[in-house]
Order: sequence, then C-alpha cells, then structure tokens
Amino acid sequence: MGSQVPGVDGMSQMTSNADFLLELRSEEIPARMQAAARSTLEALFLAETVSRGLHVGSPEDQHASISVYTTPRRLVLIARDVPLFTETTREETKGPRTSAPEQALEGFLRKTGLAKEQLTERDGVWFAVVEKPGRAAADVLAEAIPPIIRAFPWPKSQRWGAASLAPDSLRWVRPLSGIVALLGDDLIDCEVGGIRSGYATMGHRFHHHGDITIGNADDYAAKLRAAHVIVDHAEREAIVRKGAQKAAAEAGLVLVEDEGLVIENAGLTEWPVPLLGRFDEAFLEVPPEVIQLTARVNQKYFICRDSAGKLANAFVCTANIAAHDGGAMIVAGNRKVLAARLSDARFFWEQDRKTPLSVQAEKLARITFHEKLGSVADKVERVAKLARWLVEEGIVSSSPKRGGGPAQLVEGPVPPSPTVPHHHPADGPPPPSGEELAAQAELAARLCKADLVTEMVGEFPELQGLMGGYYARAEGLPDAVADAIRDHYKPVGQGDDVPTAPVTVAVALADKLDTLAGFFAIDEKPTGSKDPFALRRAALGVIQILLTAQVRCNLSSVFHGAITSVFRSVLDRAVAGDPNFAMYIEKVWKVQPHPSLPAAEFAARMEDFAAELGDFEIKLEPYSELALEFLRTAPAVMGSTPAALVTFFADRLKVQQREAGVRHDLIDAVFALGGEDDLVRVLARVHALQAFVTTEDGTNLLAGYKRAANILKKEGFTYSPLPVGEGYQAEPAEQALVDALDAAEPGAEAAVEAEDFTAAMAALAILRAPIDAFFESVTVNDADPAKRAGRLGLLDRFRAAVHKVADFGRIEG
Amino acid sequence: MADTANTASASLSVQDMILALHAYWGAQGCLILQPYDMRMGAGTFHPATTLRALGPSPWNAAYVQPSRRPTDGRYGENPNRLQHYYQYQVIMKPSPPDLQALYLGSLAAIGIDPLLHDIRFVEDDWESPTLGAWGLGWEVWCDGMEVTQFTYFQQMGGFDCKPVAGELTYGLERLAMYIQNVDNVYDLRFNNHGVSYGEVFLENERQMSKWNFEVADTETLFEGFRRAEVECRKALEAKVPIAAYEQAIEASHLFNLLQARGVISVQERASYMGRVRDLARGSCEGYMDRYRAEWEAKFPGWTA
Repeated sequence: MGSQVPGVDGMSQMTSNADFLLELRSEEIPARMQAAARSTLEALFLAETVSRGLHVGSPEDQHASISVYTTPRRLVLIARDVPLFTETTREETKGPRTSAPEQALEGFLRKTGLAKEQLTERDGVWFAVVEKPGRAAADVLAEAIPPIIRAFPWPKSQRWGAASLAPDSLRWVRPLSGIVALLGDDLIDCEVGGIRSGYATMGHRFHHHGDITIGNADDYAAKLRAAHVIVDHAEREAIVRKGAQKAAAEAGLVLVEDEGLVIENAGLTEWPVPLLGRFDEAFLEVPPEVIQLTARVNQKYFICRDSAGKLANAFVCTANIAAHDGGAMIVAGNRKVLAARLSDARFFWEQDRKTPLSVQAEKLARITFHEKLGSVADKVERVAKLARWLVEEGIVSSSPKRGGGPAQLVEGPVPPSPTVPHHHPADGPPPPSGEELAAQAELAARLCKADLVTEMVGEFPELQGLMGGYYARAEGLPDAVADAIRDHYKPVGQGDDVPTAPVTVAVALADKLDTLAGFFAIDEKPTGSKDPFALRRAALGVIQILLTAQVRCNLSSVFHGAITSVFRSVLDRAVAGDPNFAMYIEKVWKVQPHPSLPAAEFAARMEDFAAELGDFEIKLEPYSELALEFLRTAPAVMGSTPAALVTFFADRLKVQQREAGVRHDLIDAVFALGGEDDLVRVLARVHALQAFVTTEDGTNLLAGYKRAANILKKEGFTYSPLPVGEGYQAEPAEQALVDALDAAEPGAEAAVEAEDFTAAMAALAILRAPIDAFFESVTVNDADPAKRAGRLGLLDRFRAAVHKVADFGRIEG
Repeated sequence: MADTANTASASLSVQDMILALHAYWGAQGCLILQPYDMRMGAGTFHPATTLRALGPSPWNAAYVQPSRRPTDGRYGENPNRLQHYYQYQVIMKPSPPDLQALYLGSLAAIGIDPLLHDIRFVEDDWESPTLGAWGLGWEVWCDGMEVTQFTYFQQMGGFDCKPVAGELTYGLERLAMYIQNVDNVYDLRFNNHGVSYGEVFLENERQMSKWNFEVADTETLFEGFRRAEVECRKALEAKVPIAAYEQAIEASHLFNLLQARGVISVQERASYMGRVRDLARGSCEGYMDRYRAEWEAKFPGWTA
C-alpha cells in the first residue's frame, strides 16, 4: 500500500514512498496484442528500474506491487510503494597487497581514480571503497522510461509522421501520441521520439472532448471513468461477459459463451456496451457452425441458443459507445452487415450442394499437396488405398475394442494396475463384413478432402472436414462415411476428441500416416522448433487414436506400407503424365512394376531399378525429373525411414505420456528391446514396468541387473561356450540362480506371450533373492577360467531373461 | 443533419457525398485531383499515391478513383458486388499527428454521428505484393461494416517510406448505402433529381461482366501483357519512370482480366504476379533514381 505523497513537494525526504503511474497513449492497439503487451511492460519496467538500483515494492514479490492495464488506446502501469530514493551503495574493490611494488599500487589508483589517502587498508591489503549516495527515484524513472519505450518488442511495429523522414525514428505498434508519467503528484519529465511526458491524457474518443489532467496514480482510473473510459481490461471483460449473457437472457435465450470473443471485444472498446440483435430466421437452414463462424470471425459477435439448445436467430455485438438512441441504429446496421454475410454463406451452402463430393474431388488434382508428393488428388488416392489396407489387414476392424479398453487405473497413489488385460480377440460379437468396412473406409477416404474445393471451405478454411460431413449426409451417403469425412482430421491436439468409429479410425490413421511417411521419405522432418508440415501433431494424433481405439499394429510395417505407397504414387503419376518417362521406365525396368506387388518385393525391385537408373538423355517433364530423383532414393529411404519414424513416435509418445505420469526412461527401456512397436503393447509393458520398478523386488532386481550388466561390459563378455558347473563344482548360490532362472524363464516367456506383463514381472521377481545371494557369495572373476566363463554365462542368461520384458539398462536410478 | 439524421431525404446523394468529401479534404490542404485515366484495381495504384509516397517531399491529395475488379463482376445481379466501383482516396505525407481525428471529421461531414453509430478501428494490416508495398493500420468499422481502409505506409516499391504517408481508402458505394440506408447498390440515389446508381451503372455491370468473363479475347490480353512488359522496360531504359509505371498499371489490369477469363492456372498465377511486381518495383526504382539527387540536396540527411 502506498503512502501518499502530500503537498506539492512530494519528493521531500520526509515520506519514503509514492505510487508511480505510466500511461502510454497511442492509436488503436490490435486487441490480440494487448495481453502480451501488459506482461512485457511489467517485465521491462522491472528490468529498467532494478538495473538502476530502484526496487519497487517488497523484494520478495515485486510483481505484487505492479498493476498493468490496457485499453485499445493506452498501455498503463501503476507501481505502488516506489521508494523515493534508491539505497546508498557501498562498493569495495580489492587492490594490491600493501607490500606490493609501487607500480602495482599506482596502477590500482589509476584504475579507481582515487588518491592513496582515500584507500583503506585491511589485513595488509589495499581496498578502494566508493560510496554512492542514493538517487532520487524521479531521476531514475525519467531515465528508465525512454529505453522501455524504445525496446518494446511489439510483434509488428511502425514509423509515422514527420519524424519518420529519418530512418531511425521511434517505432511503436501504432503512432504513439502521449505519455503520462507521475510519481506521487509529481511529473516525471522525460521525452521519447519527440513526445514529452505530461499530466494530460484523453478520454473516450466520442464521449469526451479535450484533455484530462491526471493528478496521480490514485485519481487516474476515476478521472478516466468520468470520461467514459474503463481502464481495467478485466472490468471491461466482465462487462462484456455479463452484459452479453444478460442481453441474451432478456430475450429468453442462452448465450454461447466464448472467452476469446470476450477478450477481443474488451480489447476493441473503452466503454463496452453489449447489444442484442436478430437476424432473419430463414438463415437458420445454414449449418449452425457456419453461422457461428461467420458471426464470430467476421463480425466478432456472440451467438445464442434457445431453451432447447438450438441455435437462435440472434447475435450480440459489443458497441464502444452508449448511443443516444440506446443502440437501435447500431443494432440495425450490424444486422444488415450480418445479413449480407449470411446470404453469402447461404449462397455457398446452396451452390456447394449442387455438386456431389465425388465430382468436387476431381478438382483436387489442381491443388498441389507438395511439389515432390504430388497433388491433393494423389494424396487422396494413397489415403484411400491405405485406409482399405488397414481394414483388410485386420488392423482396423469393426469388432469392439480388444481387452476391454485402456488400462484401468487403481485409485490412490499406487501406480496403474497390472496391465491391459489382454484376452485375445474374438470374444466380441462377430464383426460385420470386413469388405463392407473396407469399402466404406475407401469411399470416405476418397471424398474426405473434396470439401477443400467447395465455396464454403474456401471462405472458411476452419470448416474443412465439417462441411464435407454435411455435404456427404446431404447427398445420402451412409452416416459412417459422413462421420469419417467430418472427423478424419481429428484429433488435432491433446484435448480434442479422438475418433473410435472404425471407418473414421481407418481414414484418420491413413491420412496422418501418409503425411508422415511422405514427408519423412522426402526428408522434410521437423527440426527444433520448425515443423512446417505439423508432423509432430500428426504423430500425436496417430498415437492418440491407436491408444484410444486400441488399434493393434506393428508400426514399422505400417510405415513400410505407407512409404511404399508414396513411391508407387509418385511413379504412377510420372508414368501417367509423361510419355517419355513411361518409355524410360519400361526400358529400365526389366520386370514390369506393378503397384500390387507386396511391399518387400516392391522394395527389392526398387533397388534393382535404382541401380539401373543411369544418365538419361530424353527430355523429361519437370515433375518427372523430380520424380526420378526421388525414386533413386527409394532403396535408402525404405531401409531407414520406418525405423526413423518409430524413433520419432517413441519421442512423441514420451511427450504425450508425460502428463499421465509415465516415465520416459521406461518407454525407452521398452523401445530399446527392438522390434516392439505395437504402441498398445508398449504402453502395457511400460505400465507394468512402472508398477514393478517402484516395488522393493523391482528396485533390487534392477540393482542386480545393473551389477550384472556392468560386470559383463567390463569383462567384454560376448558368449560362453561353457555352462555353469562344467569342470568345477557349482557353488550353492550359483546353482540356486540357475534353478531360479529355469523356473522364471518359461513363466516370464509365457506371460509375455499372453501379453500379461504384470505376470511377467512377477515371474522375474523370483530372481531377485537368488541374484542378491549370488553376488553376496560367488566370485565371478575367479582365477579358474572355467568358473569365470560359467559365471559370466550365467549372468548373461540372467540379463537375457530380464530383457524379455524390457531393457533394464535404460531405466534410470 | 442532427434533426433528421439518416432519413432518406436528409442523407447525401452519391455525388453530394463526393462533393462533401472534396470540400472537407480540400479544406485540410489536400489537392483535389481527378481520377487517373487508366484502368486499375484500386486507388492506391494512382501515381498520386504510389509514386508520390516515395521520397521526402510533403504531399497531400484526395481523389476519386474508379476501381476495376473483373472477378467481382456479378452481371448486375448481386446487391453488393461490382466489377467497377469507386474508391475515395486520401494520401497525406508525412502522416499528420491528427490523421484519425481528421478522418472522423470527414465522416461527420457526410452525416455520420459517432454517438449514434459505432465507429471502430479494427486491426487490418495492408500489403500489396504487386506494388512491393505494406503498411500497418485498421479497417474502420461503422456498425460492424468496413467502410474505410486506414494505412500508414511503411514501404512502397520495396523502399522504406521516409517519411511515412497516411492513406485512407473509402469504399464510396458501401458508405453511401450506409448513409442512404439502402440494401441494394443499384437503389442508391446518385443525385437528388431522381437518378439512381442503377440507372447509371446497371447496364454497364451487365455488359462488362459478360465481356470480362466471356468475351475478352485472351490472346489479345496475353499479347497486351507482353507488350506492356516490353514497353515498361523500354521506358525504364529511357529514364521515363512515370511512363514505365503506366505500363505496370496496364499489365496489372490485363492480368486481372486474364484471371477473370480463367486462363491462368494456380501455378502460373504466382509467376504473373511476380512479373507485375517486377514492373511496379522497377518503375518505383526508376522514379527514385530520377529524383534521388534532388531530394538529397533539398533534405539534407535524407537517404533512399
């Protein structure tokens, strides 16, 4: 709390604190930039004052004494309890020893600018002590304000006015027009870019004329309120939020809440007045999402629902004035604008439905997906085949989720329950025809991008998928197909719905897998913060679908299939579009390539093919040149990319599971097994492992494993031909470990086979006592080579047994 | 206005609105210019904006510019869209400190009461890739309708604007529809003697839409484009950058017509735009070169 500075001479040493007000007035600041501007102003203010020795508020929490506000036309900071003087500082510099040669002392005096008499001697060493008296806060602030303004990092800034004749004129988000800077009642005199600080500010653009003189931080908000400006953005947000709700309620409707719109409207107004208007009911035939988007994006209006939850023919706009007529003309004007927008939307809705999606889809050939990966039509073709393949391979099926869904979590702090209880498939009802599902998946995939060329999606790209779903239903396609078209982009983030309907799962997976395979194949992988093709999001989407819908597959073979289909598609396109290329392929390719070849054979042929590709004389189309270059990389890409993708997925899985508290080292431990890339099973292993390693048995077994692994590594052990006890008498602890392994191995193996990883852990747990006892009493590195070999072999066997479940070497701790 | 605000009889006709704006901006020291006598897509293309935005000399001007957008033609059947419409353009260099207030004054001058209508400055930055130009500013909303584009030019023809010019572009038909409270552009009163906008322009829209979309000979247009390109380069070599710029305007409009004829593919589109940009930029560079020495002498310390 600020001790108010009394009287004119507020800076008297009598009072120690005062409140500071800074208002930076400008032309309208974009609403979307205001929140960041507030925190930036606070941070810059603290940095510029602290570096000058001025400490605002309590040292523990300086932020508590600072408030920042925005309106469209001002950026405001109020700091409470600013000390009027900075502390006196005492700076001590250590010099040479008193016994040091004269030159050393002279050098020190030169450096400090002091005379010998001014130095202090302590314990035989010279010290230069400089006391800096405290400075007036007013001076410090006057010095601090210009750099705050000059360094302000607006996302976009501009120059303006006569000063912009010079190249280095001040930049601000929009022209800066005034600065109010007051400490207590006193002006902090400063100047930036020709703008001098003062007491005067402006009120509302239309409700108030002339200057307003601010006395101090305390009367600032009240004086502006009297001039129709609500300085506090949070208060304006509350007015918009409550006012819009109230306007809707008075019309017997319920507002569709939208916090983004609340903030945006509060950022566009200094005196917000929510007003409700109606639009022609006939527009309600347009899908509600379209109406909402039109109202929201183009006009920043809220929409309302009726008591039954249906979209109502009403909107709420937020005016920036208390109009003389109560807002009647404003509402009438806005209604007209919305009507024009909705007529456009209705026109699109009517136009688009005149053309079936299958016809629209033909136009996708004109849209480039990626220079090397062909058109969107090419992509659609691949996605359609991949979606069908996922069904035909039984990876996606219409049987209910196997194993009863995701792992059940045990209440309380105990880690997740044993495992996903897998009972092998086929305990559900007999699935509907696989061919029917495959046909629906293929059809949905063929149509899923068709809405990209509709008028509506051209106008509102955010409606992609959704509109396709509407148009599909309107032309009478089955619901499963329409749903798949609508939802195939999902999930688009951690919070989004994850599809589980089989047709949707097939299309959503195929679309994402094709994108991943394609961009990895052309070596456009994400690096650092750059992920221009949103591949991380695609991978996360695949992971979420696999885990939620419990889709079982070996990722690397799926990737292999997807990459193969990318190459096939590029090849097909070049062959179809370029007769010279087709001739060339026929010449080079001894065995006619056919897309129906199995993946492995295709890969082998690609290898032959690439080997045969030499310099080519005939002129090719530019696209065929690209295709040729790309096809040459096929053997290398097919060899390395599936593994690279699995690694990429492992990393994504770690990120995705972090929130659920799953340890990343355990995920590594399972992936390190190699060949384990069924994410559902991976996670079941990880869950069991996480439960196990936190038990006493688990901790000790891990310790035993690490000890064994260290010894094996130190001894450079590879393979022992000699079994335990061969040529010597096995010690009891040695024999006990052998017996325990004999018992544990089949148990663990069977449990792993049955995907009951908790049971596998339990089987391994019986090794714990014998391995401890072994290390307790048996010398591995015995002088007798037979004993040494036998015991190393035994440790290796122990290590291998544990590896059935996970690579314990990757586990931390 | 105040007593009968916004009733049909009191509101300005299209031509009176233009005259009111001329009177207003003339009083603010703007030259009142006439439209440029070439076909162009927007008032910004007028050399009084594009070329005069370059260099250090002060420049204040206002004018009406007929704007041609062939692809927006609707054969006179859409109440809001036209292939030919009017922009009212104001440019003030350097941008005066009270440009927003001046602008609001112009709205008052044509009868918009800011305590009855909700006027808002909503972020909308402007960029013209073909002119190598960009600026920051707003679209100005009146009761939710965009009535003006308000821009502080930062670059023109690839050159930093030193100093910055403020540009206002009013959509005259929209504003008039607003002021006269009509829903169809063709119903606007052009004057107060019974002539509507439709009587002046409806047939024009029908015929020109047909010509733009169906009739215009594409070979002639392509040929015109190539010739304009050649002529522009010749003019630049001859150091007559204003003439070169006229050819850039010509090429830009022919490109828009080719677009309307649907003969330019998506891939070609970018390349044609690049060609127009090169012409416009080259003209701006030529203009800068032509005046550089003079400007440097007159404004010590100024550099391009």
